[in-house]
Order: sequence, then structure tokens, then C-alpha cells
Amino acid sequence: MGVFTMPSLGADMEAGTLTQWLVKPGDEVHRGDIVAVVDTDKSTIEVEIFESGVITDLVVGEGELLPVGTVLAHVGTSPPATLPPERSPSTVTGQPSVHPPDPAATATGPPVLHSPVVRHLAEHLGVDPAGVVGSGPGGQVTRIDVEHAAELRAKPVQAAAALRVRSSPRARRLAADLGLELAEIPGSGPGGSVIARDIQPDAPRRTPAREGAEPAPQPGRSDRQTNLRQAIASLMTRSKREIPHYYLSTTIDVTPATSWLGHSNLSRAVDERLVLPALLIKATALAVAQVPEMNGFCIDGVFTPSGPVHVGLAVSLRSGGVVAPAIHDADRLTLDQLMSTLRALVGRARAGVMRSSEMSDPTITVTNLGELGVEAVFGVIYPPQVALVGFGQVTERPVARDGMVGARPCLTATLAADHRVSDGHRGGRFLAEINHLLQEPEKL
Amino acid sequence: MTRDQAHRLIRSTLRQVAPEVDLDQVSPDETLQEALDLDSIDFLNFVAGLSKATGRDIPERDYPQMSTVEGCIAYLTALSPAD
Repeated sequence: MGVFTMPSLGADMEAGTLTQWLVKPGDEVHRGDIVAVVDTDKSTIEVEIFESGVITDLVVGEGELLPVGTVLAHVGTSPPATLPPERSPSTVTGQPSVHPPDPAATATGPPVLHSPVVRHLAEHLGVDPAGVVGSGPGGQVTRIDVEHAAELRAKPVQAAAALRVRSSPRARRLAADLGLELAEIPGSGPGGSVIARDIQPDAPRRTPAREGAEPAPQPGRSDRQTNLRQAIASLMTRSKREIPHYYLSTTIDVTPATSWLGHSNLSRAVDERLVLPALLIKATALAVAQVPEMNGFCIDGVFTPSGPVHVGLAVSLRSGGVVAPAIHDADRLTLDQLMSTLRALVGRARAGVMRSSEMSDPTITVTNLGELGVEAVFGVIYPPQVALVGFGQVTERPVARDGMVGARPCLTATLAADHRVSDGHRGGRFLAEINHLLQEPEKL
Repeated sequence: MTRDQAHRLIRSTLRQVAPEVDLDQVSPDETLQEALDLDSIDFLNFVAGLSKATGRDIPERDYPQMSTVEGCIAYLTALSPAD
């Protein structure tokens, strides 16, 4: 029998709150199924299970704050002999059978419309799975279909909530930087909208009850942002205290990469198109093979290189803060695989709901702030990692080649690395290797 | 597609890509990527959403026409009905 424990969702996580079970005893689960939702200081995380089997019992209840490693559930290889008494008939209404699925029968593949996980999610979200169009194999209703159905239903409510605080984009960014909640700031702009000059660190707070509106729909959101800010603060302080950073930068001519992308995308449907960050991430992941001391963990002054290359991608959240979920084995993914991982990951990060597997520790981080307009970013290393690569904005710059000056699209790549583990010479070699790889994009 | 339909489609697609942004704050000729902090992946998701809803491929060379709300409306209303 296996155990399902509270996973470590990041180097700085000590505990998490199990907010929701998506399975119950008797449910059959497959490796990779999302079985629970855990809230950490920083985000909401859908926790996947790493073992296939049948849930025999849930050890902890919803709402409990639990240290990493706590046993949450037991997973058996066969269904339990008897059903737990608390299993009420109402939760199984409409299912083909009140008995746990027979693994033998399932193995031979009778038509199953939706998995237990999907059923539970649907129940939780109040969605009737029978009314959802399935996009999975054989028209199977997937988790995403159910979420989508729930989202569609919730849309008018969300839209109304969003309209309640009018604000300018610059005000939103400032508020996010300062960790302020827009709804709490009185606006002095047109129609009472919140504009940049309203955003002060000590801005007066608007009383929550106004215009007879119902209480704020997301009471936890402000806390979450405060927690996220604190978590970032403590991790970055630790980084600056413990890690002797050194910084390097180099200019990379991205003409070959951008023209190869443009050409390659001509024959690709929208959904299959590639973007430059995919090439940058792949090049970084491959360059690690030449300079392995950029990839791994330094704990108590001892460096342990990592074989696999899990690239953390720093993604900024519009509500403020940054998360750095991992793209696993980025060096071995094809560009297409990398691209679809990237799109899904950025989408989830924006929505504030991550998956447990992507929160497990990246071995090196890439930040791509350049897309928002900066030329170069000198990053702070995520401990216990030892390197962070930053890519700046692509701009046309004068480049001398073969005695001629021409305008070519270029970007500045930077490296922040741990001097306990490597020296500038090796760091320079690493950036040079990234540059080299980007000159032959067709080989990535 | 009428202007109204195009506008609704743009709103609903943007809401999926960037759930927390307020499109009312974006003027029709403001650059979407800048106003809404969309990176290249967000923008790709946006174009993919429009493409899926209209059943039409939107080639990359047309992206510059779609940089503003007004540009997107013009682009979508000019599409001939899908075959």
C-alpha cells in the first residue's frame, strides 16, 4: 500500500492547507490525476498523485494546515473490502454503480464517461457532467471541460466584480508592486477610477462597504498577496544574504532565431506556433550540458549538480508577485512540447492555480522580463539554485559584421550565478554557449 | 461578423487570457500588449482563441493589424464568412 503525502511545493514551503479533496475512498486514481487542492502562502496548487491505485482512506480532513510530508491518504492496489460508512448515497447518484470500480473490468476498457476526479470536481463546482461536451479521447469529459463549464457559468459574476473598481493600467501595476488592493483605494480619476497618483504606500483605504455592495467576494485575496510578498521577501533576502552573486551580460544577435521562427510559423496553425521564449528556454537548458555547474542546488555550501534540467520560468502575476514554476526536462523536450507546456503553464500561473508537479524544485531559472520592455535584467538567484538567466527585450541595434554596420534584432542575455559554485570564466562560457545555440535555431 | 459581435468576441477571449484585466480601461487605439501587460505567450493564446472562435487561421503576418481593440475589430469584421 502506498501513501500520499503533503508534497514540498517549493524550497521555502514548510506546510500547506489541504483545502479540498477531489477523491474519496474507493476512487480509482491514475498517476498524474489531480486528487487534492492545497493552498500555500503563495498560491493555490492542484496536487497530482504519483501512483496509480485505489484510494483506501483519507487520513486528513479539509481545511487542515499540515507540514510537508504528512500522510494525507493511503493508496491501495485494489478496492477496499467495505465502503466507509460516511459515504452517502447522494454523492453517487447517477453513477453506474455504487461499488468501487472493478480494476479488472476497467483494465479491459469498458466505456467510462468521466473519471472519479472529474465527477468530484463537477460535484464541487455544481456542474452536471452529463451536460458538458467532452474534449477527451472518445468524447470523454475531462477536468478542463468541467472547469470550463463552471467558468462559463461564473463569468457574469466575475465581470461584474471586475467592473466595480475602475483603474488605469499604470495604477494597477503600481498597486501590484506595492501589494495594495485596488478596491481599497479611493479613486480620484474620471468616474472615481483609481489612477496612478492615487497609489501611495500609505494610501487611505476605502471602506469595504460602499454603495450597498455585498462584501468583497474574495476575502482571502489580499492575505494571499501579503503572504506572497512576504514569501518572496524572505526568499530573496536569504538569497542576497547567503549567495555571493556575480553578474555577466552579453549581447545576442537573434536574427537567425527570429527569421527561423517567422519562417517556421508560416506553415504552422495558430495553435502550433512557436514564440521566441521557447527557443531561449531550450537553448539555456541545452547549454547546461557544457557548463553543469549552473544547474543544481547549493545547500550548506555544498553544490550538488542535477542530472535533469528543470527550468523554472519566472512568471509575473498581474495581481502582484512572481512565481517560477518548472518546465521539467526542458533539455529533452521538442520545441513543440516545450511550447505547449509553456502555454499551459503561463495560463495557469496567470489564473493563480498551479500544479504540484510544476512547483517541485526547478534546477535553474529563466526570467524573460524583456517582453515587458526592459533591456536587461540582473536577477536574484532562487535558493538553493545557483544560476538565473535573464533575457531582455529584442531591439534593433547597430551590429558590425564583416566590416559593415547593419541594424539587426538583438537582445541582452544576463547571468546571475553563485560564486561559491562557479567563477566568471565558466559563467561566460555558459552565456557564450547559449548564444552559440541560438545562432542555429533549427537544431534546437 | 458585425462590429458588436467582434467586440464581444474580443472581450470574451481576452477575459480567458487575462481574467483580471478590465477592458473598459483600454482605449480602442491603445496597444493591447502594453496596456494589458500581455507577453508573447498571452498574445498567442489570445490569437488562438480568436482563431478557434472564428474557425479561421490568423497568420502571424496579420498580428500587427491586431495590436489594438479597434484593429482587432476591423480585422474580424473584414473576414469573409468561414467556408
